[in-house]
Amino acid sequence: MILAQGLRKSFGAFEAVKGIDVDVRRGESFGFLGPNGAGKSSTMRMVAAVSPVSGGTLRILGLDPDTDGPEIRSRIGVCPQEDTLDTELTVRDNLFVYGRYFGLGRKVVRERVDELLEFVQLTEKADAMVEDLSGGMKRRLTIARSLINRPEILLLDEPTTGLDPQARHVVWDRLFRLKQQGVTIVLTTHYMDEAEQLSDRLVVMDKGLIVAEGSPLSLIAEHSTREVAELRFGVGEHEAIAAKVEDLADRVEVLPDRLLLYTVDGEETVAKVHERGLEPIVTLVRRSTLEDVFLRLTGRTLVD
Amino acid sequence: MAEIETSTAPSGVLSGAARMFDYWAIAYKRTWKGSVITSFVSPLLYVLAMGVLLGGFIEGDPSTLEGATSYLDFVAPGLLAAQAMTIVFGEVTYPVMGMVKWHKTYFGMTATPLGVPDVIVAHLGFALFRVAISCAVFVVVMAPFGVFASVAGALGAFLVSLLVGLAFATPIYALSAGLKDESPFALVFRLGMMPLFLFSGAFFPIANLDGWLQVVAKATPLWHGVDLTRMLTLGDVDWPLAAIHVLYLAVLAVLGWFWAVRRLTKRMVS
Ligand SMILES: Nc1ncnc2c1ncn2[C@@H]1O[C@H](COP(=O)(O)OP(=O)(O)OP(=O)(O)O)[C@@H](O)[C@H]1O
Ligand SMILES: [Mg+2]
Repeated sequence: MILAQGLRKSFGAFEAVKGIDVDVRRGESFGFLGPNGAGKSSTMRMVAAVSPVSGGTLRILGLDPDTDGPEIRSRIGVCPQEDTLDTELTVRDNLFVYGRYFGLGRKVVRERVDELLEFVQLTEKADAMVEDLSGGMKRRLTIARSLINRPEILLLDEPTTGLDPQARHVVWDRLFRLKQQGVTIVLTTHYMDEAEQLSDRLVVMDKGLIVAEGSPLSLIAEHSTREVAELRFGVGEHEAIAAKVEDLADRVEVLPDRLLLYTVDGEETVAKVHERGLEPIVTLVRRSTLEDVFLRLTGRTLVD
Repeated sequence: MAEIETSTAPSGVLSGAARMFDYWAIAYKRTWKGSVITSFVSPLLYVLAMGVLLGGFIEGDPSTLEGATSYLDFVAPGLLAAQAMTIVFGEVTYPVMGMVKWHKTYFGMTATPLGVPDVIVAHLGFALFRVAISCAVFVVVMAPFGVFASVAGALGAFLVSLLVGLAFATPIYALSAGLKDESPFALVFRLGMMPLFLFSGAFFPIANLDGWLQVVAKATPLWHGVDLTRMLTLGDVDWPLAAIHVLYLAVLAVLGWFWAVRRLTKRMVS
């Protein structure tokens, strides 16, 4: 569905995407995970055929965005990072006029608007002005809007950034349903839980490059241990203590506020730390996540 | 006709722009009440104040009024052309910036099969629609005052108001499309529109202006529009000069169009 080879994007002398290879298959849900400025949106905008490719090749639905932009855009759905809703129109009118841009008949659009309002649970807000909606509702409306043309590929740029946990779960639930209906989904996020929940396969992006690729589980298996013991000591003690526990784990990461000990059995590791007479203020044993994968690959945390 | 159920790319700029008809219709339904004063009431107040009341003190001498036998006959075509300009200034300044910068509506529109030129044509089309209804009402209301020498002249004056509208719309649209913030608009209105409105021969014959000022006045698009409209309403057409007026306005509209596409593309596509 989407094929990129050596894809690049520059803005003047600055290179935001530095040659990435991506292959998204039909029905798949594909994620771009990366911190701020990784080049996720730049990539998405090229795929959405609104931003010219600076180098490499890109094919969407077998078409070249350089020459077939309108055709590509007629067959995909886009939920941009920043909402572009018309705040002065009602919820219903926003969807209606959007459907018309795709050349659909008025009656067809009206039917779809009702269906989509139902789908994103905004039927009651149909006649409200967009400016009166909450952030989560706006996001759901943007998602509904991106579905008006029954797209073959749905592009979601940070679908839940800025939403409270409850609103995020509502959006996730809707996206999960779309995924089950077989819609090909491409999403970007800097939340590792979102990437884990929603993507079958993902790439980890950093500074314009892809640093790892695979399913969430395979990435964790490949780049991290099964469990992580998080230990918090007094401020400024972490570096010194890291040296004393180094041999207890496969790997030790020092963060400003805690130590991360990567190991197969977290509880056992914590017990050994205590045996050495070290008393952490807080201990937590958890499973490895994509956050750990990212830390391993880049030496930095995803959300700062 | 069967309802179209599959999304397609538009076959051309006009068919693309036509897809935005419902957007602009809905936008107009929401805002028309707010535009009643500027579109319909104020031009007629000008006619009343200037043409009828002030005009009562002015001798209707055709040799000094470019052939008009009353000041009302002289000023009405001037106001018609000026009205076309005024509407356009309102329609393609702040609203364009709003859709590019404040609400990003244009970005939503161009994420669909529509492209930058389609969006511009639709927006200009709406501006011309506003010019058309406002000027049509003006013409209809002025007709009983006998300011039109003939029906053809009235119709011609109406069509010229559309041309004047378009000649201003494209370049000012282009200007607005590239502006980073709205502060230059104050200058556009005060140093652009107001002087044009006052000194382009709408209210007094530009023969009254001193040498080089007259040259400047004759170089402005509004003067070409006013003079052309006046020839038509008075029924005394100098055809070669009329052709120059039309050509001038048409060239301005076309150049403005290319500039608008360039500026908006540069602004939106990166
Ligand atoms: N239009 C532009 N002009 C100049 N630089 C840009 C432009 N768009 C993006 N950039 C730069 O390119 C880099 C990548 O930006 P991009 O928006 O693709 O990152 P991102 O991964 O989406 O980040 P975020 O999580 O913050 O959305 C950033 O350094 C950004 O400043
Ligand atoms: Mg982004």
